[in-house]
Amino acid sequence: MTDTPDRSREPTHTGTSMSASGLEEWFVREVLPLEAALMQFLRRSLRNKDDADDVCQDVYALVCEAAQQKQPHPVKPFVFTVARNLLINRVRRDQIVSIEAVADLDVLGIAVDEPGPDRSVMARQDLHRLQAALEHLPPRCRQAVVLRKIDGLSYREIAARMGIGEDTVSEYLTHGMFALADMLNADAPQKGDAS
Amino acid sequence: MSDPVAPERAKDVRAAAAAWLERRERGAWSNDQQTAFDAWMNASLQHRTAYWRVADAWHRTDRLRVLGAPMRAQAASPKKTAPWLFRGMAAALVVAMAGGVAYKTYFANPAAKTYSTTIGGRETLAFADGSEIDLNTDTVVRTAVSRDKRMVWLDKGEAYFRIKHDAAHPFVVIAGGHRVTDLGTQFIVRREEGRLEVSLVEGRAQVDAANGSVRPETLKPGDVLVATATTMAVTKKAPAVLTDKLGWRQGVIVFRHTTLADAAAEFNRYSNTQLVIKGGETAHLTVVGTFRANDMTSFVEVAQTIFGLKAARRDNEIVLSR
Repeated sequence: MTDTPDRSREPTHTGTSMSASGLEEWFVREVLPLEAALMQFLRRSLRNKDDADDVCQDVYALVCEAAQQKQPHPVKPFVFTVARNLLINRVRRDQIVSIEAVADLDVLGIAVDEPGPDRSVMARQDLHRLQAALEHLPPRCRQAVVLRKIDGLSYREIAARMGIGEDTVSEYLTHGMFALADMLNADAPQKGDAS
Repeated sequence: MSDPVAPERAKDVRAAAAAWLERRERGAWSNDQQTAFDAWMNASLQHRTAYWRVADAWHRTDRLRVLGAPMRAQAASPKKTAPWLFRGMAAALVVAMAGGVAYKTYFANPAAKTYSTTIGGRETLAFADGSEIDLNTDTVVRTAVSRDKRMVWLDKGEAYFRIKHDAAHPFVVIAGGHRVTDLGTQFIVRREEGRLEVSLVEGRAQVDAANGSVRPETLKPGDVLVATATTMAVTKKAPAVLTDKLGWRQGVIVFRHTTLADAAAEFNRYSNTQLVIKGGETAHLTVVGTFRANDMTSFVEVAQTIFGLKAARRDNEIVLSR
C-alpha cells in the first residue's frame, strides 16, 4: 500500500490481537455488515462504482491489517476514518474536485457511534434479501444457482437439467457468486434509509 | 507515476475471488490448485478480504434451502402517492380565487411581533394553530398570527415554514415586494439583496408581486422560484436538492458541485468572519460536501488540504488563494 491513512486522525483503538483464522471470522462479523453504509459514504464522493469498490477493497485490507495488530474497538468509526483518509489521499492524487471525504463524519448522517447492523437482525432479513437478490440475477444464472443451492444438485446434474456443459455451469455459478456478494453486502438496505 | 505497481481493480480481484470459490465449490480440488489458491490468498489482504466476502455471501445463500422451492418473483408494491397532494390541489383552486381580496393591505406594515436571530443563530417559532417557522442565521420576521389572520413578514434572511392548512385563513408571507400564499404547505423563503427564493417542499403555494409586474406562480413540491423586482422564474428540483437546502436546520451546509466562491458566500452568512476567495480560477473550483455551518475554520482547512490553497487570516477575514 502506498496510501497509508493518516493515523493521527483515527480514533484510538484498543483490544487484543487476533489469530489468522480469527481474522476472517472477525471481518465477516464486524466489518462486512458495514459495507452498505460504507459504499453509501464512498459514493458521495466517487460517482463511479468501480472507484468506490476500489476504495472499499483498500479499506478492508487496511482495517484487517490494523486488526492483525490490535482489534479496533469500536469498529465502525475506525472503518469510516480509514475510508475518509483513503478518500483524501485519492482526491489528492487524482485531483478529483470533491471534498465530501473530509467533512466530519458525524455531520454526514452516518452515526459512527451507533453500532453497525446486528447480524441476528440481518439474518432475519436475509431470506427476503436473498430472494430479491436472486431475482436480479440473469435467468439462466439464477436457475443454476437455485439448482445448486436449493435442490443441491451436482454440476453434472445441473448441466443435464439445463442442457449445457459443466463449464457453462461454472460460469453461471461464478457470476452468481460475484453478483450475490455485491447484492447481499453493498446493496443491503440501511437502517434509517430515507426511502 | 507514483505507484510502481498499478493497484488491482476491486472488480478484478472480486471476480478472481469468485472464480476461486467456484473452483472449490466444484470439488476435485488438487494439491496444485490448493498451492495456487494459497499463493493468491497470501498475495495481499485485498485478495483475502475479497474471498472472505464472496464466500460469506455464498454461504448465506444456503439459507434459501429452507424454502425448499424455486423462487417466485415478489411484486414490489408500488409507492403510494401522498393523499395530501390531491387535497392540496382542491384547496388551491379555492384560495386562488379568493387571492385578490384586500390585496393592498398585505403589503402594508402593520404593528406585529418581531423575532430575529443573530449571525449564526437559529430559532423555531411555534404558533397556536400548530404552524411552525424555523429561522435561519441573521433573520428578521414580524408576525401577526391570530385566529382570523395569519401573516408573517420576512424582512431579512431565511425561514422554513411548516403551515397547518386552513382554507379559510391562508397563511401569507410577505417578503419585500412579493407575497407567498400558503395553501397547506412546507416551504423555504430566503431573502437576499434584490433577490427572493421560494422553495416548495410540500403542498402548494402561490407567489405574486405587489406591483403586479409578473403573473402569479403556483408552486408544486420541488419547485424553486427565484424572483427579482421584475422577474420570476420557477425551476423543478430533485427532492435531494430541497433536503440540502434545509441542511441548516441541522446546522449544516450542503454543497454539491458548488463553486468555492458560492460556498464562501454561504459560510459568510453564518459568521462575522468573512471568507474571501482570491483569483478567478480558485473561485471556480467546485466542492462537494457537508459542513457545519458555524465551522468555517474546518472548511478552510479542508480547502487548503484538497486544493493546496494558502489561507491568510486577518482581523475579520480569511483570504484563500493559490
